[in-house]
Amino acid sequence: MSEGRQIGEVILDLKNISLRFGGVKALTDISFDVREHEIRAIIGPNGAGKSSMLNVINGVYRPQEGDIVFRGKHHRDMDTYAAAKAGIARTFQNIALFKGMTVLDNIMTGRNLKMKSNFLLDAIYWGPAQREEIAHRRKVEEIIDFLEIQHIRKTPVGRLPYGLQKRVELGRALAAEPSILLLDEPMAGMNVEEKQDMCRFVLDVNDQLGTTIVLIEHDMGVVMDISDRVVVLDYGKKIADGTPDEVRNNQDVIDAYLGVAH
Amino acid sequence: MQFFLEVLIGGLLSGIMYSLVALGFVLIYKASGVFNFAQGAMVYFAALTTVGLVDSGMSLWLAILLTMVAMVVLGLLTEKIVLRPLVAQHEITLFMATIGLTFFVEGLAQAIWGANVRALDLGIEDVPLEWLLESANIAVSQFDLIASGIAATLVILLAIFFSKTKIGRALRAVADDHQAALSIGIPLQHIWAIVWAVAGFVALVAGLLWGARNGVQFALTFVALKALPVLILGGFTSVPGAILGGLIIGASEKLAEVYIGPHVGGGIEGWFPYVLALLFLLVRPEGLFGEKIIRRI
Repeated sequence: MSEGRQIGEVILDLKNISLRFGGVKALTDISFDVREHEIRAIIGPNGAGKSSMLNVINGVYRPQEGDIVFRGKHHRDMDTYAAAKAGIARTFQNIALFKGMTVLDNIMTGRNLKMKSNFLLDAIYWGPAQREEIAHRRKVEEIIDFLEIQHIRKTPVGRLPYGLQKRVELGRALAAEPSILLLDEPMAGMNVEEKQDMCRFVLDVNDQLGTTIVLIEHDMGVVMDISDRVVVLDYGKKIADGTPDEVRNNQDVIDAYLGVAH
Repeated sequence: MQFFLEVLIGGLLSGIMYSLVALGFVLIYKASGVFNFAQGAMVYFAALTTVGLVDSGMSLWLAILLTMVAMVVLGLLTEKIVLRPLVAQHEITLFMATIGLTFFVEGLAQAIWGANVRALDLGIEDVPLEWLLESANIAVSQFDLIASGIAATLVILLAIFFSKTKIGRALRAVADDHQAALSIGIPLQHIWAIVWAVAGFVALVAGLLWGARNGVQFALTFVALKALPVLILGGFTSVPGAILGGLIIGASEKLAEVYIGPHVGGGIEGWFPYVLALLFLLVRPEGLFGEKIIRRI
């Protein structure tokens, strides 16, 4: 954890969120908040509802009950496009990159909301549209440098190994200069070295850019190392919430992970 | 030799016109993964509307302008009424929807303008180029040359649009993964509306050129079927592929007709492109420039 950054006010407050798919209760009455500039982890066994929670935050799923307060505004549910516009960016558990496009183009798509030029000018790629494209390209090159993926800039994403694809997906999310970054298992399937790199990137983003991060991760070592606060879900319910140390020693959490003798 | 060149040039020129029709398919397929069966009907609708307006006393340019507006509106309505409710459905569902759209658009065109064959005069004469006839003794139609010039310009503009601009990139992104595109703030509906409007515009240009050449009649809808082998050759997702595919199909069908035709009783122009496409499928199923199917296992 870095010393320089200051954890701020609550930026995102989730209240009593319940989500059902037919008779299946994915989330039941879950409440937790996210403070500005913090790294907030969501953990729990498989099927606990972690990804569903992220999907509720950026509007992929619409909860049946609950209230989402984002920057002081109340939302019954979020809308994916509106969430992106409001500064919520994310990565996906199963990598949702544009496989046929190059790394550069993939990250450029992340700039989409920042680009303002007129449709007709854009269509003929003229004047302001061209200048704008170049300015955004510069920003994207910074991200590429930051993530140390210069050498694969022009490679179609589908050809890259898994670990690098995860990194590109992070790059695309960063290109939007988000205020909140949702990361769904950013280190899944990586070897130790790749995990260390990814941890470093996440911490740097948080520290240097001040980006608030909500993160789902299975690697407990990683979670306990980098998070400020951790919320634990099990069977769609919240069973613990607190600092890594508090969570680590919580009996419900230990039971959920290790099982209970009956 | 002169005869060979004549046939080849004639074939290439009509090939560009095939490219133009194929391009309408590529645009929509790239952006939404929908194979738009209604593209041929849109070509027919555009040509018939223009002729209808001209016949009712309007000037050609005004008629073209009005038809363009009509095509854009048709495209926008299609997106709103037909496609939007079907977001995230299976591809085949969307395909079926466009078949339904085909019948609707054909019916609409004939309900408004009647089913008669009409002549469309763009003011370009279909005569051989004199200087080429005199200097090299090769007959090349002036109309074909101008028509393919227009088609080529449009094709090049669209190719640049797709590869260089923000909207072009957003289009490719949407085609690749709807959910991911939404999550980075690409407005899906907006993009689809643009694509359908542009496809309508391409249909208009194709309708005018083909209509002026063959007369505006129901058979115009079949021009779209000729685009199929072009797409198989070029790849469904590639603008340059549509261009090259069109050229190959155009040239090879004319050459085959002239040089192989007499030995097998003629009339092979109609089916030769399909056989060529079939052979091509065996060798390179993704097409010349199609996005290679990459799978990690």
